[in-house]
Amino acid sequence: MHIPDGFLDPGVAAVAGVVSAGAVAYGLRHAEASLDDRSVPLLGVTGAFIFAAQMLTFPVAGGTSGHLLGAALAAVLLGPWLACLVLAVVLTAQAFVFADGGITALGANVLNMGVIGALLVGGLMLGARHVLPDRRDVFLAIVAAGAWLAVMAGALAASVELALSGIPLGTVLPPMLGVHALIGVGEAVVSVAAVSAVLSGRADLVAAVRGTRLAARA
Amino acid sequence: MTVRRFTILVLAVAVGLAAAVSPFASSSPDGLQRVAADNGFLARGHLGPVQGDAPAKGYEAPGIGDARIATGIAGFAGTLLVFALAGGAGTLVRRRGGVG
Repeated sequence: MHIPDGFLDPGVAAVAGVVSAGAVAYGLRHAEASLDDRSVPLLGVTGAFIFAAQMLTFPVAGGTSGHLLGAALAAVLLGPWLACLVLAVVLTAQAFVFADGGITALGANVLNMGVIGALLVGGLMLGARHVLPDRRDVFLAIVAAGAWLAVMAGALAASVELALSGIPLGTVLPPMLGVHALIGVGEAVVSVAAVSAVLSGRADLVAAVRGTRLAARA
Repeated sequence: MTVRRFTILVLAVAVGLAAAVSPFASSSPDGLQRVAADNGFLARGHLGPVQGDAPAKGYEAPGIGDARIATGIAGFAGTLLVFALAGGAGTLVRRRGGVG
C-alpha cells in the first residue's frame, strides 16, 4: 500500500505529513517517559521483524499480492505511540534506501500504514482490557480483528487521500477495500502468530497484556 | 528467556526470513498498484527526490546479476539497518528523556 510520489496532490501529501509528524512527535514524547532498558532492543527487533515481514509478499487474488503492514502487531507489542515511531522508522528506511513509497508521500504512508492502525488497535486493546476476561484465545481473537481492521482503515485512508487528489472515490474505494479485505486476513494470521509466539516466550514483554493474568503466566 | 536472548532470537528469525525467504516471495503488484493499474493512474507515480540514488531500489542490492541473490542481500542488510535505526532512535529518545 506504499503510495509513490505523484499519486497525491502536494496539499494532500502535506496535510498527511503534518498529521503523521504530530503523531510521531507525540510518540517520541511518550517514549521519553516510558522507555526502559528492555524496550530499546524491543523497539529494534519489532522494526526489524516488520521490515522483514513486509518483504514476504504473498499472492492474494487475480495476480495481486499483499504483505504485512505491521502497525497492529507493533501496537500490541509496544503500545500505540511506540508503534507509530517504529512504523515511521521502517517506512522512512524503505523510502530512502529501497525507493519503496514516495518521499513527499512519506507522511501519507506513515499515516495509512502506521498511525491509523496503531491508534485503532491501541484503542481496541485499551477497551478490551476493561470488558473482557484475561483469556488468551479471546485476546488473540481481538488481535486478529484489530489487524484486519487496521488494514481496512489504512486502505480507506489511502482511498480518501487519492480521492482528494482527483481520483473519484467511487473508482478507487471499492477495489481498494475489496483487495485489502483479503490482505487483511494475511495481516491477522501473521499478527496472531507473532503475538502468540511472544506470549509463549515472554508474555510480560507484550504491552497490551501488561498487568493482566496473561502477562503473569510467563 | 532473557530480553537479550529474546532479541537475538527474533532478530535471527527476521534476518533469516528477509534473506532466505523474501527472494521467493510474490512479485505480483500489491493492492494499491493493482487498483492504480486497473484505473489508469499508475503512470502518475514516479520516483521522488533523491530516490534516483537510492542504494537498493526495488529491494535489490546493486551490482549483483542474480535478482534473487540481490533481494536476499537487500533483505539481510535492510533488516539489520532497521534494527539499528529503531533501536538507535529508542536509545536517543531515552537519553534525552533522562530515564534510567
